[in-house]
Amino acid sequence: MARRIGVFVCHCGINIAGTVDVERVARELEKQPGVVFATTYQYMCSDPGQNLIKQKIEEENLDAVVVAACSPAMHEETFRGVCREYFNEYRCEMANIREQCSWVHDGEEATEKAIKIVKATVEKLRDNEDLMPILVPVEKKCLIIGGGIAGIQAALDIADAGYKVILVEKEPSIGGRMAQLSETFPTLDCSQCILTPKMVAVARHPNIKLLTYSEVLEISGFVGNFHVKILKKPRYVDEDACTVCGDCEEVCPVIVANEFEMERKPRKAIYIPFPQAVPSTYTLDREACLGLAPLTCSQCKEVCEANAIDYDMQPKIIEEDVGAIIVATGYDLYDKNKLVEYGYGEDDDIITSLEFERMLSASGPTGGKIIKPSTGKEPKKVVFIQCAGSRDKQHMPYCSSICCMYTAKHALLYKHHVPDGEAYIFYIDIRATGKGYEEFIERVMEEERINYIRGKVAKIYRDGDKIVVCGVDTLTGRKVEVQADLVVLAMAIVGKEEAVKIAKKLKVAVDDGNFFKESHPKLKPVEALTRGIYFAGCAQAPKDIPSAVAQASAAASKVLSIFSKDKLEKDPLIAVVDEEHCSACGICVSVCPYGAMMKMENGKARCIEALCEGCGTCAAACPSSNIEMRNYKDEQIVKMVEVVI
Amino acid sequence: MEGKEMKKIAMYWGAGCGGCDVSLLSLHEKILDLLEEAEIVFWPCAMDFKYEDLEKMKDGSIDIAFYNGAIRTEENEEIAKLLRKKSKILVAYGSCATEGCVIGLANLYSREEIFDTVYLKNETTKNEDGIIPSSNDLHLPEFLPHLKTLEQVVKVDAFIPGCPPPKPVLENALEALLQGKTEFGKSVALCDECPRKDSKPEKIEINKFYRWHEKEDNGDCFLAQGIICMGPATRAGCEAECISANIPCTGCMGAVPKVREQGISMLSALASILGDMDEEKEKEIIESLQDVVGTFYKYATAKLLPEGRLKDES
Amino acid sequence: MSFEPKIVAFLCNWCAYAGADLAGTSRLQYPANIVPIRVMCSGRVDPEFILEAFRKGADGVFIGGCHPGDCHYVSGNYKARKRVEMMKKLLKEMGINPRRLRLEWVSATEGQKFADVVSQFVEEIKELGPSPWREKK
Repeated sequence: MARRIGVFVCHCGINIAGTVDVERVARELEKQPGVVFATTYQYMCSDPGQNLIKQKIEEENLDAVVVAACSPAMHEETFRGVCREYFNEYRCEMANIREQCSWVHDGEEATEKAIKIVKATVEKLRDNEDLMPILVPVEKKCLIIGGGIAGIQAALDIADAGYKVILVEKEPSIGGRMAQLSETFPTLDCSQCILTPKMVAVARHPNIKLLTYSEVLEISGFVGNFHVKILKKPRYVDEDACTVCGDCEEVCPVIVANEFEMERKPRKAIYIPFPQAVPSTYTLDREACLGLAPLTCSQCKEVCEANAIDYDMQPKIIEEDVGAIIVATGYDLYDKNKLVEYGYGEDDDIITSLEFERMLSASGPTGGKIIKPSTGKEPKKVVFIQCAGSRDKQHMPYCSSICCMYTAKHALLYKHHVPDGEAYIFYIDIRATGKGYEEFIERVMEEERINYIRGKVAKIYRDGDKIVVCGVDTLTGRKVEVQADLVVLAMAIVGKEEAVKIAKKLKVAVDDGNFFKESHPKLKPVEALTRGIYFAGCAQAPKDIPSAVAQASAAASKVLSIFSKDKLEKDPLIAVVDEEHCSACGICVSVCPYGAMMKMENGKARCIEALCEGCGTCAAACPSSNIEMRNYKDEQIVKMVEVVI
Repeated sequence: MEGKEMKKIAMYWGAGCGGCDVSLLSLHEKILDLLEEAEIVFWPCAMDFKYEDLEKMKDGSIDIAFYNGAIRTEENEEIAKLLRKKSKILVAYGSCATEGCVIGLANLYSREEIFDTVYLKNETTKNEDGIIPSSNDLHLPEFLPHLKTLEQVVKVDAFIPGCPPPKPVLENALEALLQGKTEFGKSVALCDECPRKDSKPEKIEINKFYRWHEKEDNGDCFLAQGIICMGPATRAGCEAECISANIPCTGCMGAVPKVREQGISMLSALASILGDMDEEKEKEIIESLQDVVGTFYKYATAKLLPEGRLKDES
Repeated sequence: MSFEPKIVAFLCNWCAYAGADLAGTSRLQYPANIVPIRVMCSGRVDPEFILEAFRKGADGVFIGGCHPGDCHYVSGNYKARKRVEMMKKLLKEMGINPRRLRLEWVSATEGQKFADVVSQFVEEIKELGPSPWREKK
């Protein structure tokens, strides 16, 4: 049955009517087949405007409406809401004659273009189908990838709300980067002391299933219904039986570098990364061990009284259904080898910020003593270089956000350890925007008598026992040269390398810094473009601990809002396959970015409604014109093309 | 045969290779069944008929006229119009009549360029005087500026695709036509009946185009091997004759009924399954694809460019 | 009379269309020769639409998508890029200047860029003159 279409042209005060002859638009549109009524009004979005539409729908017996006004981004919801009282909301379309016409053009041509835009919208509307949102069930369990402070916080929030959480951590222990820190700015709390209770809470929580030494292998499905496969690597030690007595470690003959200590301290092949590790258990590093199959040593097993060591432990694949996923994979430091201008890697006395952090820790490689690695002596002059790799077009263009603060902390702690030492900080700008941060910087600058030098370091080279750091103080224009004992680089923060792989599995995007891309930089900073996936912590962008914790709670609240419903509503503008005429060529299955095109047993394609996001790349690719996008059908678009030319 | 109402059928060849006429013989003994129901009243290729004979027939007296070959000359056009007048059902028989076929690629060139090549520059032609036949001295039918399909000249009631129509297509078409039906044939693409369909990987991805002779055929789906196969955009019905002989489909059966245009549909599909690569590599691969019109519009250039190649002077 | 080209613009909902909206909000003037058609993704643009537009007499076709890596639908813009590249080859062989087809990346924040590239494109098409297909119509 032919539609009875009404066209409502908005003046938007003079925003539209000042440029476009709205009366002429209405009169021209009245001539279009199917358009039974057209009028104009001052402000269509106002109450009287909306009432006018309602009144005319009734009087003129309209069954479809075009509102020619502003961008659909502004008021599509408003007008669809008006129409919903009378008919399906997809019988209402907006023609954008403000942002993309009256505001950017002048005179006669603006009116001509407005007529074309409205005509095209009428053509589209003519073939719109009535649609209802798609309902999908929700599995009320959340997968969290990464057990740093962000992952821990999100896990606790969701678990406390009464829902199950699967927390997957790649390393033998949760804790992440925060566990490596000595003290935290600006309050100088001991990092371990505030983190450990949360780690223990995770381990004890009945709603949290903790999978450490595990990696996510595969993710399929969609919001409310993800299916994940997780690989639990064998640690060859029974987590529950291990009493952490340390006997095994003592007898183990293999010594390798400890990753947790930024490789500045040795560990054995059987090890616990740090004393407060959760789960509290030893792990046997298969790579380092003298050999398991065939067994070549077995000294650890011989001394283990708890009988916790099992050389035959196998990798396990764990499968879980979850309704939402939080990605909290954290950060790495920028690859030090790429920073050749600062001589890293060539010189023992040039170290990264995280290495310095471990040096400050009482349980670290030096037992909390600050040393000059090449000699083991106390350094009397330390140069801290900020933005090492950050805010640098040669490396990472962005600000790593936390370096100003931790460098100030480092300098302060250094002065506490070595009161007669001198600390220099080369900086571009000081960015101290957090609560209490500026005050902290002030305090460091004034009380601790740190030499802040505004300028980039031009050259670093070794001269005998010293490292010469040359730069220019841009505030005074003076050349500066410091004979340093130790240089600490505040390295740029980058997303984890593994983030790229995880992003592929999740079908979400990462940027050049390997940070996950949020759905909207301002209004949806926690959400991925794919529904049901959220980001927390440095996986999304460099940030400090309070921000990571806040974002984790935000992500948790997003997850909880999904879990608060039994069914989820989904936009019905998706692809539909004409299965009868499908030849099973497999093109759509190959191009769908969401895996929404499923190959059935007979090879033909079927669109999984819940997975399809409605991009339409399959419809454009289908060589049999067998896929239609609901309300964006080929014929609709071709007709629009016809009327706009 | 007595007492039975015999259908009067006609077969004419326009600009074509003669393969269509021969294809009727591929019916083998079934041609006898056809002759039980039909009487051939005009088939110049096989028997001695004159245009006069056709002109003398009453309008609409032929039940089914098969026109094979494209419209290249005035003569082709004249007979097409005449047959239209004399027939109840006019059938475009084969790819030339339906969409112009390979000879339609001539529409990429002007008449002058074609004559130049054929009569003057062809290495195997000895034409020292540079003579180009023309109507002035010989009263030849005029060579039209562009090649046309039958439908571009007269109304056509039914189409039998294929170059030439393969046996199963033909059998199916004749059966339908003798029953008075003008819609027949399959409405899915060739992959549906492809003997290699089970070898399709979950995702087809192409990172290099191979021409057919450049790669050892491993027996899998040609597209998955990076060899262009028009199968996904081509109407089924031929029972994948070419692919069964290990030759990728070039698309002679034309588009699936739902598809507006076979060539552009396949172009889009093919571009879509190129692998992830940087822009430069992408350009390089696409650039390696020689003769885009000839690849995607091998049989339908006359439909793509009914008035010949366009001339964007800029 | 001066030649006023007819140009169809397929704009993806998330980036280019939003960028065009921003050009409006910022009151950046550009020629009215270009008429937008909103699609969800540049990957929705079937080359058939492009060919159809030229066949119907368009002098130019513009496609606006998200920047590489920013596609709202992960990879639709890459598909668009490949199709456009191949389409240009087809147009060239058909005798249509491939410059009449343009793909541009315009983000939601690039109102100025939208106005600029559209103005340039209109200018370019004016230089090229009417499409040969339009001439034949």
